[in-house]
Amino acid sequence: MDQVVQEEVKKAAEVYGKENLLVVLGSPDEDSAEIFAETVTAGDPTYAGPLAGIALDIPVYHILEDEMKAAIPLDVYDDQIGLMELSLDKEEICEVMKNVREGTSSF
Amino acid sequence: MTTPVIKGVSYCLAHTPGLVRYGSKPHREIQTDPLVLDKILNGLRSFDEAVAYLPNQVFIGNLRPHLLNQYERPWTTVPHADAERFSPWGEILPEEEFYGWLKLADVFNLVSFEAQFLAEQVKPKLALHPLMMANDMEKIGSGVSLVEIEEKVATGYALPLYVNKSQLIGAFEAGHEEDESLSAHTLLENLSNKATGIVAMRHALRSFDVQAENIQYVLGCDEEAVGDRYQRGGGNMAKSIAEHAGCMNASGADVKSFCCAPTHAVNIAGSLVQAGLYKDIVVIGGGSTAKLGMKFAGNLSKNMPIIEDQMGAIAILIGADDGKSPALRLDAVGKHDIAAGSSAQAIYEALVINPLERLGKKMTDIDKYAVELHNPDATEPNGNGNVPRGNYRTLAAMAVKRNEIERSEMKRFEEERGLPGFSPTQGHIASAIPFLGHARDMIMKQEIENAMFIGKGSLFLGKMTTLSDGMSFLIEKNKGVNPDD
Repeated sequence: MDQVVQEEVKKAAEVYGKENLLVVLGSPDEDSAEIFAETVTAGDPTYAGPLAGIALDIPVYHILEDEMKAAIPLDVYDDQIGLMELSLDKEEICEVMKNVREGTSSF
Repeated sequence: MTTPVIKGVSYCLAHTPGLVRYGSKPHREIQTDPLVLDKILNGLRSFDEAVAYLPNQVFIGNLRPHLLNQYERPWTTVPHADAERFSPWGEILPEEEFYGWLKLADVFNLVSFEAQFLAEQVKPKLALHPLMMANDMEKIGSGVSLVEIEEKVATGYALPLYVNKSQLIGAFEAGHEEDESLSAHTLLENLSNKATGIVAMRHALRSFDVQAENIQYVLGCDEEAVGDRYQRGGGNMAKSIAEHAGCMNASGADVKSFCCAPTHAVNIAGSLVQAGLYKDIVVIGGGSTAKLGMKFAGNLSKNMPIIEDQMGAIAILIGADDGKSPALRLDAVGKHDIAAGSSAQAIYEALVINPLERLGKKMTDIDKYAVELHNPDATEPNGNGNVPRGNYRTLAAMAVKRNEIERSEMKRFEEERGLPGFSPTQGHIASAIPFLGHARDMIMKQEIENAMFIGKGSLFLGKMTTLSDGMSFLIEKNKGVNPDD
């Protein structure tokens, strides 16, 4: 997650309160999903950006996860996300997201 | 009404490790932490390593792209034993020669090189170069003393130029002391683009059946902003390049659309030919110093050499039907309209499905698709994934959704109709166009019947719109009817 996005997430947490936030990711693979998710929960694991050492613990989901799918009308989801649901490694992405939320990621 | 055809495509790389420090990312990082420079210098590779790098051999045309799949990744660990600096349509330039071309392109005496460096390392090599024209060596001149170079650098308005990591051999001066658009750094970007563009254009005109004096129009498709403080981005790099390639009967203009510009330019050039306005056009895109070392940290973190130590340049010859070159199907142009939407589905509907439906073709009727062909050796270590693979999976998913293939056949679709990424991360250079030369050759050698090129551009990066852009074109085997017969 680049520095600009990290800064925006940090700002949003300050302005709206982290308890009012949820981060939805659209990362194309499990590696980037894991690092993005880790950044907004335990802090930037690369220690390069504004969220280094800052554990925001914001709930984070990937758009391919069933929890997200259930919250979106099926026709809209199919129209906007259907193709990515077919082409990306959904299972692997969902697995790393769950691990990050449970605090058992590879970091 | 004539059919436009792809008469030839040339590809060049300029290996410029000495300029990596002036790439946007390294330049900013070095300013923040000067110790980064040492890390970068220690991560650079030699010219021989750059030549033996498999993706480079694919880029210039010596190896077919699919052969890359036979080798272990990263490809930096598997040098090609029979690598050649030249290909039938292009080459990989060593840094010393690039500096010679830079001086050749310099009509305002912006760059000065040390006399001994020019006499010993540049001119003897360029004298043997097949693209040298009359008066070229004169234009390079005989250089200045090292003291003069040091004095220029000491003014603060000139950038020092190096070889062998830290050997000072030149100075690049600003065009105006108060004008950011003419700063030494910006002009180095622009002149490097021009110099590499000249090499690519000369290769194209030498390698294929087109005469420089018959070129009537040139279309630039790069991402540089040529101009001074009153008209930054004014442009016409194309005409600046053509002047040095013997195209004395040509004028031209630039097409701008970020990475998508080359696909726009090909379709515009094809339209001008089909309309009968011009018979022979060159689409030209020189290299970009701004992107040098953009993902250097990724390479270094994986103990790889910095592979973004090179610029890429392309020249595409588009002309009236010659009865043999692959035809450009202007009835199958795809474009990403403003109202189309930004989901992957909407983009591929616009760029792939709509044009194919117009022809009554299916996705599986296309033998090869060219998408953004970024080299995964650069993107993966930086956490950006395998860009072409992601695109091919999306295309395969599209074919599943259209009931053209089964879900279990997606991998085969990707393998048969896709390509590995082999292009340097040079913005406009990487977007579909790197395959055009191979596709032309493969169609003419009956290896494939057709190929579709899908260019995409990130317009939002310029902060003027949140839109992205896309354009596609289709080429196919020439039907063999020469209009002159």
